[in-house]
Amino acid sequence: MNDRFEIPARLRNTSLMLIGVGVLTLICGIAFLLMGHGSSDLDKARFWAVLLHDSVFFTFITGVSIFVQAAVNLAQGSWLTAYRRVPEAIGANVWVFGLITIVVTALIMFGFSTKDASGHTTNMIYRWLYPAGDKILEGKVPFLNKGMFIGFSMVTVGLWAFFGRKFRAMSIAQESAPKNDTKIYWKVFRLSGLFLIVYGLSQMSTIPWLWVMSVQAHWYSTLFSWYNFASSFVSGMSLIMLWVIYLKNQGNLHLVTKEHMHDLAKFMFAFSIFWTYLWFAQYMLIWYANIPDETVYFKLRQQGPYSVIFYANFLINFVMPFIILMARPSKRNYFTVTFVAMLIIFGHWLDFYQMIMPGVLGENWHINWYEIGTFMGFVGILIYCVSNTLTKSSLIPNNHIMLKETAVHIA
Amino acid sequence: MAIKKFAVAAYDDEDVLFPAVSKVRKSGYKLHDIYTPFPVHGLDVAMGLKDTDLHIAGFIYGMCGTSTAVGFISWIYCSDWPQNYGGKPHFALPAWIPVTFELTVLFAAVGMVLTFCYLNQIMPGVKKHVFHPRQSDDLFVIALELNDKVSEKEALDFLKSTGAKETNIQKAESSWWYGRWDKAEPYEALNA
Repeated sequence: MNDRFEIPARLRNTSLMLIGVGVLTLICGIAFLLMGHGSSDLDKARFWAVLLHDSVFFTFITGVSIFVQAAVNLAQGSWLTAYRRVPEAIGANVWVFGLITIVVTALIMFGFSTKDASGHTTNMIYRWLYPAGDKILEGKVPFLNKGMFIGFSMVTVGLWAFFGRKFRAMSIAQESAPKNDTKIYWKVFRLSGLFLIVYGLSQMSTIPWLWVMSVQAHWYSTLFSWYNFASSFVSGMSLIMLWVIYLKNQGNLHLVTKEHMHDLAKFMFAFSIFWTYLWFAQYMLIWYANIPDETVYFKLRQQGPYSVIFYANFLINFVMPFIILMARPSKRNYFTVTFVAMLIIFGHWLDFYQMIMPGVLGENWHINWYEIGTFMGFVGILIYCVSNTLTKSSLIPNNHIMLKETAVHIA
Repeated sequence: MAIKKFAVAAYDDEDVLFPAVSKVRKSGYKLHDIYTPFPVHGLDVAMGLKDTDLHIAGFIYGMCGTSTAVGFISWIYCSDWPQNYGGKPHFALPAWIPVTFELTVLFAAVGMVLTFCYLNQIMPGVKKHVFHPRQSDDLFVIALELNDKVSEKEALDFLKSTGAKETNIQKAESSWWYGRWDKAEPYEALNA
């Protein structure tokens, strides 16, 4: 009966080491640019694009934790209650990654510009910043402009940060409320409905258009945001699963049984298929219609230099979770579930990589120390912040009105 | 297809039912089945029922659906009647995926429903003995299968000791039969 979580020295050291690696990578990256080693426009663009890729990816997968809480609260589900401190702790730290994203995108917009072949100023990541002379981009100016971008980003990150922290604060307030008091429960219920609207208008529509799709500003896909959501959701669930397994191995979360793990693993399995559905729907319609405006997206990715990532994406994010998690026993086994969760997070990191990079770097892509180091840095920040938040309250949501229901939950 | 003797007990509370089930399993009586008006969570675990292999059957049905779809469509478009549709290759796999997916789901779903019915002995026209008319209303009914060596009185006393509201002994068809309810159970006289 270990209600409190104390950060083991090993976890703290690991997270600090990972942050150290990330900071070192960033310093090296800046140093290389300043020293003139490969300070071509492509290298500068790569420097910023990698930061954009990681910050967007981590904002999305942590934001999923708030969405899951809201959806489960609204459906009055009890399966999450046994480990609800985990999504709460992840959701309460969305502001960290949101802030990084805002800083990175602002730096890209205001601090990074290059000259194109004909001498005009351009921005290799967000080309729509300089639409002059480009009819398509000029037509998109009412939506794709600095004001809209910054406005939507600020409002979204602000609201996510607010709801993430609010849900956790109210859940903790329930601990000191009178027994069987439902006042907070219904308040959270109403706020959950509100958050779903916020989430629907941000993650499921505008934010992926602005942050990710506008990298290839000429091209558009109407289900792109759904595709982004599916990608984030499945990796966000995997992230929750990894934390639950870690805490379980530390001897915490005694209420969590294999039944709860089975439920989470079902989400990983089912939403891997959902992701594939959207991935394929986007691909198949473009393949079938064969309109050059649209096929340009897949020309680079499927037949061009990114074909390795394109097919690896399908293999890692669909074939492997599908085959490994199909059987019931493998959804209830710590090892297979941990393995698949890490696989899914890595796979969707690659997925976001191939959404962003082809539009920035064209065929000159590399994944080496800079990409890996930045990723490790972000993982370090995630572990450090979430583990810190987890220590600040009891890991069991005592006095939650669904506590008994969750204890006897059967998948 | 055999007439057997059953000791039947009816309970009106889930909280009594679960301890009763574990007492029955410890006592060594042969548990025939339990009838409840609604699905009771965890009762299958309490009864010691094992998982069926229905999901493996479902996987096989699904694979049959996939191969039927891919085989049939590719036979049509590649060998029987190859035509040029919008410059696409004859073997245009992406265009077939939706149909293949649907057929996979259809085969798996229909096959699993039929297998489920077979495993549970439910089909149109198939009848089974009803141990208690209120087993589909508000009572939980346990049926123990007795043989000649077991004392009826001891079995009934045991069931009463587990908290049963009603108990009785019935001779009934243990399996299923075809026919009408009122006419077809030819064993009514045995219970009289």
